[in-house]
Amino acid sequence: MTSGQTPAVELRELTKRFGGVAANAGVNLRVKAGTIHGVIGENGAGKSTAMKLLYGMLRPDAGDILLGGTRCNWASPADAIARGIGMVHQHFMLAGPYSALDNILLGAEPVRRGVIDRPAARRKLEALAGQYGLSVDWDRPIEELPVGVQQRVEILKLLYRDARILILDEPTAVLTPQETASLFENLRKLRAEGKTILLVTHKLKDVMSFTDRVTVFRAGKVTGEVATAQTDPQELANLMVGRKVVLGLHVPPARPRPEPALEVAKLSLKGGAGSRHRLAEVSFAVRRREIVGIAGVEGNGQSELVQAILHPRESRCRTAGVVRVLGREVTSWAPRKIRELGVAVIPEDRLLEGLLPERPVRENFLLGLQRSRAFSVAGFIDSQRLSEAASVAVKEYDVRPPDLDLPAGKLSGGNQQKLIVAREFQRQPSLLIAAQPTRGVDVGAIEFIHQRIVAARDGGAGVLLVSSELDEVLTLSDRILVMYEGRVVAEFERGRVTERELGLKMGGA
Amino acid sequence: MTRQLLESTLRVSTPLIFAALGGMFSERAGVINIALEGMMLVGAFGAAVGTLTTHSPWLGSAWGIGAGILLAAVYGICVIRLRANQIVAGTAINMLALGLTPFLCKIKYDVTGQTPAIPLDERFQSAPLYLSWVMVVFCWLWLKHTRQGLWLSFAGEHPEALDAAGIRVNRVRWAAVLVSGALAGMGGASLSVYLSSSFARNMTAGRGFMALAALIFGKWKPVPTAIACLLFGFAEAVQMRLQGVVIWGKDPIPVQFIQILPYLVTILVLAGFVGRSRAPKALGTVFRRG
Ligand SMILES: Nc1ncnc2c1ncn2[C@@H]1O[C@H](COP(=O)(O)OP(=O)(O)OP(=O)(O)O)[C@@H](O)[C@H]1O
Ligand SMILES: [Mg+2]
Repeated sequence: MTSGQTPAVELRELTKRFGGVAANAGVNLRVKAGTIHGVIGENGAGKSTAMKLLYGMLRPDAGDILLGGTRCNWASPADAIARGIGMVHQHFMLAGPYSALDNILLGAEPVRRGVIDRPAARRKLEALAGQYGLSVDWDRPIEELPVGVQQRVEILKLLYRDARILILDEPTAVLTPQETASLFENLRKLRAEGKTILLVTHKLKDVMSFTDRVTVFRAGKVTGEVATAQTDPQELANLMVGRKVVLGLHVPPARPRPEPALEVAKLSLKGGAGSRHRLAEVSFAVRRREIVGIAGVEGNGQSELVQAILHPRESRCRTAGVVRVLGREVTSWAPRKIRELGVAVIPEDRLLEGLLPERPVRENFLLGLQRSRAFSVAGFIDSQRLSEAASVAVKEYDVRPPDLDLPAGKLSGGNQQKLIVAREFQRQPSLLIAAQPTRGVDVGAIEFIHQRIVAARDGGAGVLLVSSELDEVLTLSDRILVMYEGRVVAEFERGRVTERELGLKMGGA
Repeated sequence: MTRQLLESTLRVSTPLIFAALGGMFSERAGVINIALEGMMLVGAFGAAVGTLTTHSPWLGSAWGIGAGILLAAVYGICVIRLRANQIVAGTAINMLALGLTPFLCKIKYDVTGQTPAIPLDERFQSAPLYLSWVMVVFCWLWLKHTRQGLWLSFAGEHPEALDAAGIRVNRVRWAAVLVSGALAGMGGASLSVYLSSSFARNMTAGRGFMALAALIFGKWKPVPTAIACLLFGFAEAVQMRLQGVVIWGKDPIPVQFIQILPYLVTILVLAGFVGRSRAPKALGTVFRRG
């Protein structure tokens, strides 16, 4: 940092503990005004915690926050907002049934004669939308808008409030490459206007192309700060994890067995009221010892496909089609019976389908295995054996902190994911269905999860990988299917397609 | 006869409407309000005592409203401050009200069953009925068009988002619970100084729960909720008309059977519709930062 210039934001020895865990143990961070500053670090390193402290959502146990050189003591986010700070949270802060407009206005409503002046707000927003190319259907309920648009709404919240310091916590985790590109274009525009931007991300590519400087977190501390121009992804990855990370896993070609692990024939799904997407005669097979990747922009039927495979009986409005798992037709089966054939699942929405956030890690580890002989004696859970198995798995999969009694919802996002992976892989699956398996996961853990998926394949499992991450699909898949508007529109063998081609197909070209 | 039935439907719906609107405030803000029943009951008692003391139904109702707010404050301390389970605390509040009102009645009037009768000219003639419908329209507009209305909805739907927008969630919830107590108190007041002429032990007889059912049936929205209250009120009015009426055979249907009607309607409505009604997402959850 240039000497003599006061940083726009400075964190000094910031400390925050949750019970026994020091989420931030003396964080020091300086951000120059008018720059985009990247913040990276492993899952659970304390990035979100530091950002929430800066935004006033958490109060530090010790340490100082300085804005433009003056010390600040926030009682609540209202104080931080008043000083021009805005934040887009890792998990969107939007209420589904309410309109985009109301979600943006919340807390900053213009009032005329006692009532909210929505026309005035709309005028202001329309001007902003025009200026940044962020058009939104203002009156639609948030839940009917695609994630990409929801992201726009979050950005508009900040612009609407005239925030000068923008904190973005993993804003691109759920965006398509195109959406990501347009987001960053806007961030550059904002930087040119003199705004200061803090960008928390796991995507080193984004860090390299869009930030000015990067701060690296590890275990609640800052372990390094570098100018982006003087570093490379490999160095950043190593700094983050504290060891050498293999970026770009080499996956040996598959040696598939002829018998299919999963067959889907002419699966059609009629969209119910309100849902825009459905499936139209989707047919494919996944052989054992093979990874089939489903690429596609989110919301093109991938979620429905996975639901239809796992809950064939309940899939709403199913119109036709057959699902076969390991040679058995399961179309009318209960989900539990299907899972008992040897099916492991990494669900798309980990908090909704993968974990019980209020329950301890130990119980979450048991989830879905509660009937298994391994953990029960005469109908009772054998808690000792469970604890032993859970602590071994938590160590092996490096879930941090390794505390079996912590409610799973209190783990950082990436560690929640690792817990699910740990649980599912110990079933020794014959069929693995992995939906967005590395969403929000750090590079070290991505490397690890990818290795596990390949190992599962080589151990004889058929793998269905659903991902909107191009790199991931290209690295892992032996075959790639592209979904667009509920149809399979293209199929490629490993190595027969470029990232660009795939991106175009995903866009419906 | 139909006109009479209609009038009586409107009259007996009045306490339900107040209470259901009260429930709406608390539940839209994310706080379950099982305690509506108890708040109504102390409201009915407070209003009766107040009217007997001040000889004005308006001032008397103010006492009832005050009593409802007081009980709501106790509830708020339990569930917002001390983060108690809302169902358990609500049930406790109801039991408290059920025991406390006859006890106070005994202290003041030396009888546990009933307060002395309020003279006819000191009772409401029809003001609460009109007032309840004014409140329905007011609440509807207020929710839609004021910032406080928006905050209320977010407190129950996505409290973290409200917090992130710089509004104190628990302050909103406190206000909502107190308003809830006031409205439930007014509901109770319209029972004791409008529909009848004294306070009687357990005179709410489940109306707080019926109001809650109406709220659920009305999808937590003021106008549909009020219409649901009318449905329950209608069942009650029919019940009152059927008492002593011979429908078939020689004898009238035993009154105990007829009195089941409103409760039966409540159960049927809930069984038929609850699944389809979407509650505020954060209903029943504790809000706590970090
Ligand atoms: N409310 C909480 N209660 C208990 N522990 C918490 C809480 N919030 C965070 N933690 C813990 O604090 C640590 C830091 O979490 P934080 O969310 O800041 O990580 P992160 O760097 O943002 O990780 P990720 O990349 O996975 O989002 C983690 O170990 C997490 O389990
Ligand atoms: Mg985080």
